[in-house]
Amino acid sequence: MAIRRKLIASLTALVSFVLSGVVQATADLNMRPGVTETSQEAYDLHMMVVWVMTGIAVVVFGLMFYSIIAHRKSNNPKPATWSHSTKVEIVWTAIPFIILIFLTIPAIKLLIKMEDASDPDISIQVTGSQWKWHYKYLDHNVEFYSNLKTPQQEANFDLEKATSNANYLLEVDKELVIPVNKKVRFLVTADDVIHSWWVPELGVKKDAIPGFINETWTSVPKPGTYRGQCTELCGKWHGFMPVVVRAVPQAEFDAWIAQKNDERVAAEKAAAEAAAKSWDLDKLMTLGEEVYNAKCAACHKVDGSGTPPLFPALKGSEIATKAERMDEHIGIVVNGKTGTAMAAFGSQLTDAELAAVITYERNAWGNETGDVVQPADIQAFKAGNQ
Amino acid sequence: MADHHPTGIKRWLFTTNHKDIGSMYLWFSFIMFLIGGAMAMVIRAELYQPGLQFVEPNFFNSMTTMHGLIMVFGAVMPSMVGLANWLIPMQIGAPDMALPRMNNWSFWILPFAFTLLLSSLFMDGGAPNFGWTFYAPLSTTYGPPSTDFFILGVHMMGISSIMGAINVIVTVFNMRAPGMTLMKMPLFVWTWVITAFLLIMVMPVLAGAVTMMLTDRHFGTDFFNAAGGGDPVMFQHIFWFFGHPEVYIMILPAFGVASEIIAAFARKKLFGYSSMVYATASIALLSFIVWAHHMFTVGMPIAGELFFMIATMLIAVPTGVKVFNWVATMWQGSMTFETPMLFSIAFVILFTIGGFSGVMLAMAPVDFQYHDTYFVVAHFHYVLFPGAIFGTTAAVYYWLPKWTGKMYNEKLGKIHFWWSMIAVNLTFFPMHFSGLAGMPRRIPDYNMMFAAFNQLASIGAFALGLSQLFFLFIIIKAIRSGKKAEDKPWEGATGLEWDALPCPAPYHTFDTPPQVK
Repeated sequence: MAIRRKLIASLTALVSFVLSGVVQATADLNMRPGVTETSQEAYDLHMMVVWVMTGIAVVVFGLMFYSIIAHRKSNNPKPATWSHSTKVEIVWTAIPFIILIFLTIPAIKLLIKMEDASDPDISIQVTGSQWKWHYKYLDHNVEFYSNLKTPQQEANFDLEKATSNANYLLEVDKELVIPVNKKVRFLVTADDVIHSWWVPELGVKKDAIPGFINETWTSVPKPGTYRGQCTELCGKWHGFMPVVVRAVPQAEFDAWIAQKNDERVAAEKAAAEAAAKSWDLDKLMTLGEEVYNAKCAACHKVDGSGTPPLFPALKGSEIATKAERMDEHIGIVVNGKTGTAMAAFGSQLTDAELAAVITYERNAWGNETGDVVQPADIQAFKAGNQ
Repeated sequence: MADHHPTGIKRWLFTTNHKDIGSMYLWFSFIMFLIGGAMAMVIRAELYQPGLQFVEPNFFNSMTTMHGLIMVFGAVMPSMVGLANWLIPMQIGAPDMALPRMNNWSFWILPFAFTLLLSSLFMDGGAPNFGWTFYAPLSTTYGPPSTDFFILGVHMMGISSIMGAINVIVTVFNMRAPGMTLMKMPLFVWTWVITAFLLIMVMPVLAGAVTMMLTDRHFGTDFFNAAGGGDPVMFQHIFWFFGHPEVYIMILPAFGVASEIIAAFARKKLFGYSSMVYATASIALLSFIVWAHHMFTVGMPIAGELFFMIATMLIAVPTGVKVFNWVATMWQGSMTFETPMLFSIAFVILFTIGGFSGVMLAMAPVDFQYHDTYFVVAHFHYVLFPGAIFGTTAAVYYWLPKWTGKMYNEKLGKIHFWWSMIAVNLTFFPMHFSGLAGMPRRIPDYNMMFAAFNQLASIGAFALGLSQLFFLFIIIKAIRSGKKAEDKPWEGATGLEWDALPCPAPYHTFDTPPQVK
């Protein structure tokens, strides 16, 4: 008896465990409705079409399975001889038509609504580049890059990290902050290849295409942090450029903008000071290593060996070691190299950072040129370049 | 007349016999299927759990790219051409294809084309890593050096496909036996003729796209380079003008196969033959005006989005007609469920599920949520694996006695079917959910919230991969030691290849054309 009771108890436990698993799992099975009006309408439309399709499936597959059972040879040894019926065929051509019209009308309405980005309260330019997002608040003097929080080349993306962090691969160093209940227009473009900016909870997905500026918009009614990812294959680290949007009340947004402005002023001042002074090799190397690992190592590798032929090695490269090619070196870092994947860092980094990273590249990994590039050299280069 | 039958390596190198060429196409496509499948196993192994375990992201991208290219151009398309070669002449009562030497050539281009493509795996910078859709500028300015090998490979595959298509059209329009009017042709022949026209229309467009890529990469043009005044979106328009008809190129012959097999095992004539023909033709015509539904997020004008949404949804009408006709063919039939029938029924059901998600994807405002997620991956694998591949598998089981004179083992065939059926759903059904949960395509690592679905899909994929080796075993066993087939192994089979020819079909058939009543 005891055994049976134990058996029943453990079976009950097992069943309830499985059931709770199923309940847990089904909660994750569907599209999330999201928080915006458009995302919720898209969700409603999604649910409508899911049910319509389920209905069709039940009817068609039901008839089919009935036939499979009733019209098998053992049950129906003599097949019917008919093979045509114009009436029936007209009916089942017409019915799908009607169903489609019924589905299309709300879709058209919603589409028109989603594509209407007119009269925005604020506009933000979103620029994708390998493999980060650049946000520029067109109504405020604020702009910044938003990178995956753990830089790609530092993380080892192991299972432990993935399971211990609920926002694994979905967190960034600097979030896009927007005010709630305001129509925010996004002007989406790209620097290099095509990316796609997607936040599922907002129901917004737009391709970021070099040479094009695409328009989309959202209005978030609820404060919160909403996460998404790049959804257009954009190269090696495509899976590692998340989008994080934080919607905050207007007052908090204003404070954030003010703080960002202060930060910018302070940063400009610090950069000017840093650029004005003369740096010694050690300091440049320390800063340079930091910048290099954050910005360059994804392609050129931490040890400077690159992944030739696409991303050339810097270690032992002529440009990075020959004194007469130093200007060329500065030029490539500042302006990028057309026709290749090398981006222009002139506006992404301060002059001191540029000087430091170039110095680092000329002295690390056995390059040992002893060359010291000062922020002043960068300024001179930029001035001469204009 | 003696049955002239060359032997040795020369038989295969110089053959102009449609049956030999058909066999070579089928074996070639199966080898490619295994190679492309092995790549899928790498992808699924990496995605079994979060974190980067086995491969680095660039190689992962190469795997997804090569998997797609090899499955589309190396496995599915050549397998359909193989079926066409074997079956069309026998089904229309012709002695061979109309252009036998070109037939030989169009096959022998393929091994070279795929050697070029596969060799890119061993090159500096890695194999093409920009997805099988090779969107510019990722594939032009940013493509690895091996991209040029990919371009030349695609050119050669295109030439091969165009020649194959010309051959089918010329054969069908010129070599039908007396009395074999167009509207008496088996549906497989009809679907292939329509496919052949699609091929001739769109393969040159693909050739144009890769040529523009080549000149952009090396000869200073800027077709797709925005900085030089070009247009990256134009690339997508050109690609999908090829790409959408391409999906019907892969599925229409399978429609033909299912139509023949379901009628045979229901022991009843195909319901609504002429509406089947018209539905196939309408699908083909519509396929030319729906391409931009792959591009709802590129920022098209709203009029364009509306047009492509509505045109795409219209495809559901002729496709629905086909599905209803298959069910009506079964209705009041006298069905038995041998392996080909099982695969054909699964084809109808699972292809229809792919069609349902297709209607969902067609709705632009919701597509914004589905686009480029695993939902899309689930959708097109449902139409391709249980669609095109199950269709071909059904065809192999059904016509194997005609080709080899041997029967496969029915019990093993049924095991293969149920194994594939479970595995294919376990692999691809969870992808709907990971897509709806927000997992983008083509990423090597992911957040924990997608983990359960990916694990299921990976387990399914490994089982599915193994089931294909089992298929190979069944076929080899049948060829080597299978029971000798009767001349008409299927009670309900109809058509010239069953009624007028023994099993196996002799090396040369219909030296004098049969008379069709």
